[in-house]
Amino acid sequence: MEQLIQQLVNGVSLGSIYALIALGYTMVYGIVKLINFAHGDVFMVGAFIGFYSITVLDLGFLPSLLLAMTTCAIFGVLIERIAYKPLRNATRIAALITAIGVSLFIEYGMIYVRGAQPEAYPNNVVSIKSFEVFGIKISGQSLLILAVSIVLMILLQFIVHKTKIGKAMRAVSHDMDAAKLMGINVNNTISATFAIGSALAGAAGVVFGMYYTKIDPLMGIIPGLKAFVAAVLGGIGIIPGAMVGGLVLGVIESLVSAAGFSLWRDGVAFVVLILILIFRPSGLFGKNVKEKV
Amino acid sequence: MLKVNDINVYYGNIHALKGVSLEIHQGEIVTLIGANGAGKSTLLKTLSGLLKPKSGEILFENEHLAGKVPQLIVKKGISHVPEGRRVFANMSVEENLELGAYLRKDKQGIREDFEKVYQLFPRLYERRKQLSGTLSGGEQQMLAMGRALMARPRLLLLDEPSMGLAPLLVKTIFQIIEEINKTGTTILLVEQNANMALSIADRAYVIETGNIVASGRASDLGQSDQIRKAYLGGH
Repeated sequence: MEQLIQQLVNGVSLGSIYALIALGYTMVYGIVKLINFAHGDVFMVGAFIGFYSITVLDLGFLPSLLLAMTTCAIFGVLIERIAYKPLRNATRIAALITAIGVSLFIEYGMIYVRGAQPEAYPNNVVSIKSFEVFGIKISGQSLLILAVSIVLMILLQFIVHKTKIGKAMRAVSHDMDAAKLMGINVNNTISATFAIGSALAGAAGVVFGMYYTKIDPLMGIIPGLKAFVAAVLGGIGIIPGAMVGGLVLGVIESLVSAAGFSLWRDGVAFVVLILILIFRPSGLFGKNVKEKV
Repeated sequence: MLKVNDINVYYGNIHALKGVSLEIHQGEIVTLIGANGAGKSTLLKTLSGLLKPKSGEILFENEHLAGKVPQLIVKKGISHVPEGRRVFANMSVEENLELGAYLRKDKQGIREDFEKVYQLFPRLYERRKQLSGTLSGGEQQMLAMGRALMARPRLLLLDEPSMGLAPLLVKTIFQIIEEINKTGTTILLVEQNANMALSIADRAYVIETGNIVASGRASDLGQSDQIRKAYLGGH
């Protein structure tokens, strides 16, 4: 029993990382109907920026996190402006293939710039002691991940529902032409979406680095794909869906590991994807929306 | 107020508007009638900047607007209520109206316009917290019009406001259009329901496969045999 709860706690930490990445997938899909496969690599870039700002610039955790988020936000906007914007009226498959191209470009560009060797995140950046509750050990790191994720998700909900840019984002994602008729600048709104999504991925990169300690230029591939599964699981384009999808996926993975099948944990995510596509393609939170005439 | 000179608009290879010219004066209700696919909506979309004309000019209060982005055109005072209402179904009535005032910064003025819209459409006030996707067709039409009014337009473009509505509701909507006009908003009304449109309009244009084929005072056009035969189902 204690073991089980322990694994649940691990699962929630892992899941909240997936959720942070999945939010970017789902927001971008919601607004431009593009699966941004380069998103996992923005997460990787965030992890490296966090790493260098801790080790080279000697910054603390919070400044490093903010620096990684800001840089990733700018990076995400650049990706959108350079690679995706010219294709906005092209077929979806053209944009999708471009996204895969951008992903490979970032991965191998990173290797070209700094080499393929992994780095170890320093583990003394934040000193939160682990503690025990009813015999269950909860590590400070997983609490930190959880705290960062929760704060960012609340912030995101606030931005999306209460601010002008958030309302513009929802309007554009629902009906681009109608949004234009309101005087909304669609290009800026799309850029803002990429900026916010990428900042969340950057934050996920930093907390991932602190939790798993090892980072490398190809580290974004698997978490990126799993976050994509999480986004589909929750219902792609739906923000609360991405949060829940991420958490559910994280917990499933940890339980699979706990059951002694840890070699299967990566595979399980894709089994989840296949099952959801067969039985509930619109996702847990998705509705089959019918058009009203 | 608005002068359209010889505009040509294409959808790919399809020549949708073939040298269309028209004029709207301050304070008028002008209606554009024509069959399906004649180019009515295309003209409105070109006026609001969703489509760019290949040639020709659009002058709004002596300013060139052809090919400008919708954002700028809204700012200049032209609002477009699109065909099929296109309300933001995932947002509340209130949020839809807020988005209508997206470009405005005058908080006091926006508050006043909320009042005005709610006065014009009491139903919207009752349902202000409701998701607009749950509204009936008529209510959505009211919302789309209210949302456009929130930009405080001087020229309002209405595309098929009566589409899919029960006759009684059509009457209400047309009364409201007249009311909006009385408060000083000039209106360009696109309609398939030509009878209703001609009954409230000052002047009318008839469009056929991308060409303006007739124009004149609405009451005169309503009497014309040719027009009656083609658009009014008359004898």
